[in-house]
Amino acid sequence: MATLQSLDIRRRSASTEVPPQVRKASVEVAKLIDVSKCIGCKACQAACLAWNDLVQPVGYFDGNYDNPVDLTPTSWTVMKFTEIEKGDDLEWLIRKDGCMHCDDPGCLKACPAPGAIVQYTNGIVDFVSENCIGCGYCVKGCPFDVPRISRVDRKAYKCTLCSDRVAVGQAPACAKACPTQAIYFGSKDDMIVHAEKRIADLKSRGYQKAGLYNPPGVGGTHVMYVLHHADKPSLYAGLPDDPKISPMVGFWKGAMKPISLAVIAFAGVFGFLHYITKGPNEVSDADERKGDELAGGQTNSRGRS
Amino acid sequence: MTNSWNDIKNADVILVMGGNAAEAHPCGFKWVTEAKSNNGAKLVVVDPRFTRSAAVADMYAPLRPGTDIAFLSGVMRYLLANNKIHADYVKAFTNASYIVKEGYGFQDGLFSGYDQARKAYTDRSGWDYEFDEQGMAKVDDTLQHPRCVLNLLKAHVERYTPEMVERICGTPKAKFLQVCELMATTANGERSMTSMYALGWTQHTTGAQNIRSMAMIQLLLGNMGVPGGGVNALRGHANVQGITDLALLSTSTPGYLVLPTDREPTYADYMKSRGFKPIRPGQTSFWQNYPKFFVSQQKAFFGAAATKDNDWAYEYLPKFDASYDTLKIVDMMAAGQMNGLFAQGLNILLAAPDKAKVQSGLAKLKWLVVIDPLETETARFWENHGEFHNANPKSIQTEVIQLPANAFAEDEGSFTNSSRVIQWHWKAADGPGESRSDIQIMSELFSRLRALYAKNGGAYPDPILKLTWNYTNPTNPDPAEVLKEINGYAIEDLPDPADANRVVLRAGQLLPAFAMMRDDGKTAGGCWIYTGVYTEAGNMAMRRDASDPTGKGVHANWGFAWPANRRVLYNRASADASGKPWSERKKYVWWNGTRWTGADVPDYAPTVAPERGVGPFIMNHEGTARLFSRAAMADGPFPEHYEPMDAYIANPLHPKVSTNPITRVFAADAKAFGTPDKFPIVATTYRLTEHFHYWTKSVHGNAVLQPELFVEIGERLAKAKGIKDTDWVEISSQRGTIKAKACVTKRLRPIMVDGKPCDVIGLPIHYGFIGLTRKGYATNVLTPPVGDISVNTPEYKAFLVDVKKTTAPAQPAVA
Repeated sequence: MATLQSLDIRRRSASTEVPPQVRKASVEVAKLIDVSKCIGCKACQAACLAWNDLVQPVGYFDGNYDNPVDLTPTSWTVMKFTEIEKGDDLEWLIRKDGCMHCDDPGCLKACPAPGAIVQYTNGIVDFVSENCIGCGYCVKGCPFDVPRISRVDRKAYKCTLCSDRVAVGQAPACAKACPTQAIYFGSKDDMIVHAEKRIADLKSRGYQKAGLYNPPGVGGTHVMYVLHHADKPSLYAGLPDDPKISPMVGFWKGAMKPISLAVIAFAGVFGFLHYITKGPNEVSDADERKGDELAGGQTNSRGRS
Repeated sequence: MTNSWNDIKNADVILVMGGNAAEAHPCGFKWVTEAKSNNGAKLVVVDPRFTRSAAVADMYAPLRPGTDIAFLSGVMRYLLANNKIHADYVKAFTNASYIVKEGYGFQDGLFSGYDQARKAYTDRSGWDYEFDEQGMAKVDDTLQHPRCVLNLLKAHVERYTPEMVERICGTPKAKFLQVCELMATTANGERSMTSMYALGWTQHTTGAQNIRSMAMIQLLLGNMGVPGGGVNALRGHANVQGITDLALLSTSTPGYLVLPTDREPTYADYMKSRGFKPIRPGQTSFWQNYPKFFVSQQKAFFGAAATKDNDWAYEYLPKFDASYDTLKIVDMMAAGQMNGLFAQGLNILLAAPDKAKVQSGLAKLKWLVVIDPLETETARFWENHGEFHNANPKSIQTEVIQLPANAFAEDEGSFTNSSRVIQWHWKAADGPGESRSDIQIMSELFSRLRALYAKNGGAYPDPILKLTWNYTNPTNPDPAEVLKEINGYAIEDLPDPADANRVVLRAGQLLPAFAMMRDDGKTAGGCWIYTGVYTEAGNMAMRRDASDPTGKGVHANWGFAWPANRRVLYNRASADASGKPWSERKKYVWWNGTRWTGADVPDYAPTVAPERGVGPFIMNHEGTARLFSRAAMADGPFPEHYEPMDAYIANPLHPKVSTNPITRVFAADAKAFGTPDKFPIVATTYRLTEHFHYWTKSVHGNAVLQPELFVEIGERLAKAKGIKDTDWVEISSQRGTIKAKACVTKRLRPIMVDGKPCDVIGLPIHYGFIGLTRKGYATNVLTPPVGDISVNTPEYKAFLVDVKKTTAPAQPAVA
């Protein structure tokens, strides 16, 4: 999906080096989703499908307004509806789900394919399909359960924050389509200032715990939410209260990395020495017979006839 | 809309009731979020369901479907009993002080003049004011007279106590009072409340009175004619306001003129009741210009064939004997009284109530022409789609002709939006295949019919042979030419009224304003309220200047708002009797000492000083707005709560007159209504934001976002019936049975009605047996074939059903 140039890349998966950033660092961008203004109309979903030429198959009704029910390789954003009872009153929380574009992206850290996941200097985390090997480690690495592996081409897909649009000074398609201005897009600093105004308004309406969702556990995100109940993000269809990259990713890419390399090296050296000292492995007739028995004789009888 | 979409940003309180703006009007809803975000507005949602609008509301109150008048009358009682009305406004600008005739009365659910045998108000003469010898209405400025409108209104709404509202509507008293208190904060000229409604108010047997109730509240609060106020109909199609303006009703002609009835055989008969003399001293009574608009329209229709000598070709107009609305058409079809039907942009098989009746009617036609950009169920009504649509093609002889039409983006023309703003749209692409524009289809049809009349004659060929059809291309007129004709033009040079030697408009020039229309045949114009949309300066509908110099949401150079590019109707009422704005915050149109000025085009004679006491409601003969509607409404001068025709309870106010006593029920439908013993659950139908009527189920993206019909069921009912999410549910009414997948939700709680829990279920309407979504039952299988008495809008919003768990429908072998 990348349309930004390599010189705009801040980080690159499975690479110790990144291209020299000769240009002036670009402004860090962010999308601000004001949950309190969202009416769940799914215009963002439709715009995402249209802009990215995604063809999501028509599904079935699945018990609520969520459709498709979850993110898919061809649906990079979906609305999640949650009904919450508070005494006599009811709240219908509607959250636009999708990639959060973490400043410290777990997917990128977990990715073993060089250059399959990049983070641009503006903060957008993007998947570069031609480098993707479809291993699914990004799925494990993501604290928000966002990437989806396509069954068609075995590559990982997710929201690009419309990196192609942003590269030419346009807002993401979802922000452009949102009729109630629940989705804002701009510099991350501006979005934080705007969020403060919205939070003050929500507090004046009795939402004392209103706040900004910009979780520090992932270094902050480039997709942020204004929540009426910022003290309980998990109310919003399981938005993680305190997302962190799985320790397995750190372990795998940190301490385990030299150990794994050592194990691989040891296995190679051991195999070589074993071959030199013992020679190749040979199959005896007794082994063949035993093998036939284990296979129930069927393969052989079919083979003979 | 009396106000405009943009004006909603000026509101301090926003009432969404009788609609679900976030769901059905998401783009317009941006002005609600704008008002909340930047004007500190509070959003109140009153709805049987906790909707998408409710999801972002500050306050939500439930009510039982079909009880809006009880709720709103309760609000009126609250405002009057607690003296929370805008007293100066009410006194100066409404008919509160007018004295009503002694003949007026209301008892046991019936207004005076009711004829039990004919089930009609045959004598409505009592629904009027007392008049003096000069024909002027009598008033009592002290508001002490027991029969002055305000006191009659107080007496009428006295029954709607918060306890009675709770009993009828099921709205908890505390919630109801909270809503009342919030509304009352606008009764002062400092703050304003807007009302946004749609089909949730119109689709009832009491539809028009639902809206009148709100209009009365807005008058009591002083919210008509002020920024952020008004009674705002959110129209459901891009151009449904346009079709309404251009004679949607079968009894209208364009510009809300009235088609003659068969009791008005001559022009003199017709005009006898259309003098529109003022009934208070010095009032404008703008409809006195009726003959100018009527004659200009006849000149547009019939050109030189309309002369003073032949009463402007009055005899060419059809004279109606009854309203030929959709319900009537279906009834006549089903009775075998119709040969053919043109369904142009109308999927009547799904769109009219009681599908079985529609289906049987279509099968009795000799021919059916469907003009549509899409394949519709109507065009395929003869096909068998198993459980979803059971038909026997062998038994149907109707010849179906499909004429593929262009979609709006494949043609140019104008849209008129809810704000009354006429906007041009340009062609974006050619239509596929052999599709043609609706204008071309109708023009070619007309040309061929006229040729046949010219050749063969006929019973009465004149109206067709002499119809003006002077377009450059008669079989495919340019939409701009049509808009010019609608706007109107001078037929002869028009002299200046002040100086006969001066010519203000040359023959053939376009009229800049309807004030120039004449009743002497020198002007033509198809729809007087649109005059000004296409002038010698160009096509005003094409204007796209977004500037808003006053910041009040008045984008005067964006398109053209009828009438006269006015964005807020009755805007003179934004100033007090002396012409001063009610407040600095709501300053909008005011008297500057020599003329009326302000943010908008004044809805008033521009140089008439306030001292002359001309009322701001210039369309009324009184000059004031009507809390008491005289005989203008068919079913009463005050609104009254009547149960829906599928009545859930006997009306607690008057059990013997439970439903609207003058509802039109066709003989064929005498047994069409359900009772709560067999159908103990209240149902309502509605739209989903992901779909547009029955169109977008043919669009892949929309089908993805809401793929399949469902029924919303509250948790209590689901538990009682053993229904879980996605279970198949059978829903039956007196009219028929459908199946849908269950959506078990907290958002539909039982409503306590008359002390007992009332379960409400909800059904989205969008599904059928054609398109890209899953096949689904049409919900109009369930809805009753009855409508509002004033405009015959069907009662889709409140009816009785029963539900039970069932099995999946069998998928038909062949689609």
